[in-house]
Amino acid sequence: MSTTATTRSTSAATAMDSGADIGAMDTIRRGVAISPELREGLGVTLLLAVVASCGQVVVPIAVQQTLDKGLNGPDGPRLSYVVWLGIAAALAIVVTSLASYFMTKRLFTTSERGLATLRIKAFRHVHDLPLLTQNTERRGALVSRVTSDVDQVSQFLVFGGLIFVVSVGQILVATVIMVIYSWELALVVWLCFAPLFMSIRYFQRKLSEAYGVVRHQVGVLLGAISEPVVGAAVVRSYAVEDRTQHRIDTAITDFQGASVRAQKFTVVSFSLGGISAGLANAGVLIVGVLLGFTTDMTAGKVLAFAFLVTLFVGPVQMGTQILTDAQNAIVSWRRVIGILETPADLVDPGPDGQELPRGPLDVTFDDVTFAYPDGPDVLSDVSMHIDAGTRVAIVGETGSGKSTFAKLLTRLMDPGSGAVLLDGIDVRQIAQHSLRTSVVLVPQEGFLFDDTITANVRYGKLDATEAEILASADELGLRDWIDALPNGLETRVGQRGESLSAGERQLVALLRAHLADPDLLVLDEATSAVDPQLEMRIGRALERLMQSRTSVTIAHRLSTAENADEVVVVDRGRVVQRGPHSELVTQSGSVYAGLHNSWIAQHTG
Amino acid sequence: MVSDEGATLQGTTTREGFAVLGHAIRREPGIFVLSTLGSVLFAVLTVADAWVLGWSTDNVVIPAFETGEIGTGLLWTVLALFLGVAILRAVGIVARRLGAGIMQYRMQAHTRRAVTRQYLTLPMEWHQRHPTGQLLSNAYSDVEAAWGPIAPLPMALGTVVMMVIAVIQMLLADVVLAVVGLLVFPAVVIANLAYQRLASPLMTHAQGLRAEVSEIAHESFDGAMVVKTLGRESEETARFAHKAEMLRDVNIRAGRIRAAFDPTLASLPNVGVLVVLAVGVSRVTSGATDAGDVVTVAYLLTIVSFPIRAIGWLLGEFPRSVVGFRRTQAVLAATGSMEYGAARIPALESGAHLAVEGLHYAYDPAAPLLKGVSFDVAPGRTVALVGATASGKSTLTSLLTRLVDPDAGRIAIDGADLRDLERGALAGSVALVPQTAFLFDDTVRGNVTLGADIPDEEVWAALRAAQADGFVAALGDGLSTRLGERGTSLSGGQRQRISLARALVRRPRLLILDDATSAVDPEVEARILASLRAGSTDTTLVVVAYRKATIGLADEVIHLENGAVADRGTHTELLGRSRAYARLVNAYEQAAHEESL
Repeated sequence: MSTTATTRSTSAATAMDSGADIGAMDTIRRGVAISPELREGLGVTLLLAVVASCGQVVVPIAVQQTLDKGLNGPDGPRLSYVVWLGIAAALAIVVTSLASYFMTKRLFTTSERGLATLRIKAFRHVHDLPLLTQNTERRGALVSRVTSDVDQVSQFLVFGGLIFVVSVGQILVATVIMVIYSWELALVVWLCFAPLFMSIRYFQRKLSEAYGVVRHQVGVLLGAISEPVVGAAVVRSYAVEDRTQHRIDTAITDFQGASVRAQKFTVVSFSLGGISAGLANAGVLIVGVLLGFTTDMTAGKVLAFAFLVTLFVGPVQMGTQILTDAQNAIVSWRRVIGILETPADLVDPGPDGQELPRGPLDVTFDDVTFAYPDGPDVLSDVSMHIDAGTRVAIVGETGSGKSTFAKLLTRLMDPGSGAVLLDGIDVRQIAQHSLRTSVVLVPQEGFLFDDTITANVRYGKLDATEAEILASADELGLRDWIDALPNGLETRVGQRGESLSAGERQLVALLRAHLADPDLLVLDEATSAVDPQLEMRIGRALERLMQSRTSVTIAHRLSTAENADEVVVVDRGRVVQRGPHSELVTQSGSVYAGLHNSWIAQHTG
Repeated sequence: MVSDEGATLQGTTTREGFAVLGHAIRREPGIFVLSTLGSVLFAVLTVADAWVLGWSTDNVVIPAFETGEIGTGLLWTVLALFLGVAILRAVGIVARRLGAGIMQYRMQAHTRRAVTRQYLTLPMEWHQRHPTGQLLSNAYSDVEAAWGPIAPLPMALGTVVMMVIAVIQMLLADVVLAVVGLLVFPAVVIANLAYQRLASPLMTHAQGLRAEVSEIAHESFDGAMVVKTLGRESEETARFAHKAEMLRDVNIRAGRIRAAFDPTLASLPNVGVLVVLAVGVSRVTSGATDAGDVVTVAYLLTIVSFPIRAIGWLLGEFPRSVVGFRRTQAVLAATGSMEYGAARIPALESGAHLAVEGLHYAYDPAAPLLKGVSFDVAPGRTVALVGATASGKSTLTSLLTRLVDPDAGRIAIDGADLRDLERGALAGSVALVPQTAFLFDDTVRGNVTLGADIPDEEVWAALRAAQADGFVAALGDGLSTRLGERGTSLSGGQRQRISLARALVRRPRLLILDDATSAVDPEVEARILASLRAGSTDTTLVVVAYRKATIGLADEVIHLENGAVADRGTHTELLGRSRAYARLVNAYEQAAHEESL
């Protein structure tokens, strides 16, 4: 009959695993595959856990032995027996404590190492994600995936995982010992806990839902809190304080409600364990006494059983608690793994990648079509060739698709059909490092890191010396600007470079691009107006930067188009005109003539 | 010396930690009492459990085995006692944990409401001095940290009660055994304190490293485009990995300490039980006590030993809590709200009259930005503010809309000093379109109306004037399309146009554009300017501008230089008489001219 008890335990355990969430097991499997450290020496750690959990039964056995043989034995109380028993038990405690120490230490080491790997892999993968994915994700959400989400998993793996392993070990050990003492009483205990084990699945599902809502509300709350901070000026100048406060209050209340709801499920599922325990205690005493009439059950055995039940209840409650927390951790883990499972659509050809030759590149668009997911074509059947060493300006109205050229050329995106070729090689076949060395994009907004100008321009060339940087600055005519800065090249630029003006940020970006020394320069011209004198300086630096390379500029200014060797006019995703400015401007009624007129209007007023 | 300081610091933190809890208790006394009662109930019943076992041993189990018979009534009593205790205990758990949770979430909500109200009340100057990231964490993670100890609080209080009851019970059972058992409590507390002392510095270090890891990730993802285009993914990953690995190593070190203390804390009560047994048996032998008392004391020790650690958890939360509380209090204690008067601006149809007199303003007293700016704009006129970068144009626009108050001088709308106007009065007549558009996580309609009751036709008309109707119509749900956090789904130029429509829909009597079309393509800008010119006949318009087309919209130009009005007149007049002005606005042409030479 003792097999019945074991069978019950196994089936309950299976229900717990598969029932809790099949996705959960899958998450753990994938998580371990990503962080193989988690598996390292797991056998030894488990062995230690088994030894450590034996420590929990040392005292109850000692109590039982004392009561049965030392206290109520046939010869009356035997002190020496109890003392020797105590010494043996103390030794056992030392051994199991040591096992516990080594187990915990190992778990900490492997978990933290595994999670550091997960964190770093996920961070790297965020950078490998397509630009489109990077831009659609909230920054804060991406950051939280490599920070607080990983911490959540860490809490679970280290504290939860460890205690769960021990708890399961304790439950098993307690069960085995209970069965050895009395299979009948063990059965009573398991029967009393059966409803709890069966309800776990239900509670896990409810908890998973409830925590899902909490996490969603956290996002809403953070967004609401940011409004009066980031939008402080707008909120004030439109006097919409009350409305903003109302929006925040709603988010705060919703978050509070969701949290309390999740707490309710946690608490109820936890308190069920206590009721089961009371039932089990009563059952053991009653059945024990009744068994005493028909079997060899002794008072000592019954009382030891009462202790064994506490040893069974403790880990069961712990285990339930951990499964509750696990819902949180599993969802977090899934979110981190989710990053890694998002395909990095721009695949580096790897060792098969071709190297671009140095020197000005020529560019070919071969029947290129591009559309954003679920959107209309942004570019349709574009074919064109740009000779090496020429300076091309791409112009067109907002939404004409001109910016897409820059993103395809620098392989921030791949075309839906057709191909972009550099020196006759499909960009998809070019090794990433070679492409990034030969082709440099200067984006509209010159993002800078919170560091010095030197550190920022070194992004273009990692080993650039100060002399090289200054020489570059000389070549671009930026030396006097740098000398005028409070600390020269060592001036710190502030968060996102915001200590500098927008124009100055562009100058740093140009200096960075010059040090990178690309063979194809792709510029997304900044539209934001800066002080015209600074604008002139930028213009001159650009001129020099474009010398002796192929350059493609997404132009927003007349002067850029005028100075280009060739202008490509884009309208509704197609190239509609091509040629030098002087030629295109004479084609009256054309798209370019229209653009030209509005430029003229703007600068003459 | 160092350890002394550490001890003092720890003492202060503990005191402050209790003071923080005091705030929470005074604010939410009802739920606190409920959860504490729940915890005490739980504690009492946990001890009662031992008593029930002891009672059953002495009155049911041992007599039954000795006599070989048992009454059904006794068995029912055992069942009722155990089950009753268990159910009441479950009630205690629910009251304690749910109560603690509700109290914690309520306190979080109270503080978040208070902190965000401060954000809305405090003047712009205060906002300019505080980085965004800091304010966000003040309202979110600092609040969470401050009220962290509420969760273990009832449990810890219950534990104290439990210990007291357990001690009394043990004393009642057998004094000698009780003394042996009592030694376990201080041993556990001392071990706990030693653990806190060793682990706290590592935890603090880890917390700091977490912040650094987060900062690197934030910055790196912000600059994802640069990283990608320059192929610097590996270098960025190395930068991140460096800190992530430091964090890992600190966590592993903290883990080792925990690994050593966990079994120590667990075995102290066990050793206590063994000693109690040995002493107990010798006392039973000498007839000083009976077996039931030995069982009771041993059992009490085992059940009380684990909850004692709740006190440790409570104290462990204190350092984080105190730091978080101080940071939120700093926001709540900040002063400098803007004072409002009672005056109103007459609701006229015509444009507002703007008078600026002797305006002085400085962010840094050593380098004043505005040094006595005076000018006057007649109703319905359009004036362009022109000046080099950092000449104070944007500051002037924030003074005009009273985002900040001047250090000296006054600004008057229709004769009323801005500082005398009642709250909200200015927004009824004046609208500012800032350089950087800010959009709310709301629909297009919500972003334009900002909750005001404005019919859709007027919203569309404003969008049309701002040249935003085209792309808004193309969005999935038109006006009802949600724009997402800060309008990230739109381009910079599109955001600016929605922000412009927000101003236009209000038909302001004074409209201030601070380079509000900078990210808009030239031909779109030209159309916006045309519609502004056509529609602004009865609106006073002040525009900050670089481009000649924008300047061309103005009846008059005010040229700002060195923090004062250098000249004023029509564009042509200024071109004719001011070389500095000509140099500024003609820089484009000059550049083109130099190229052609």
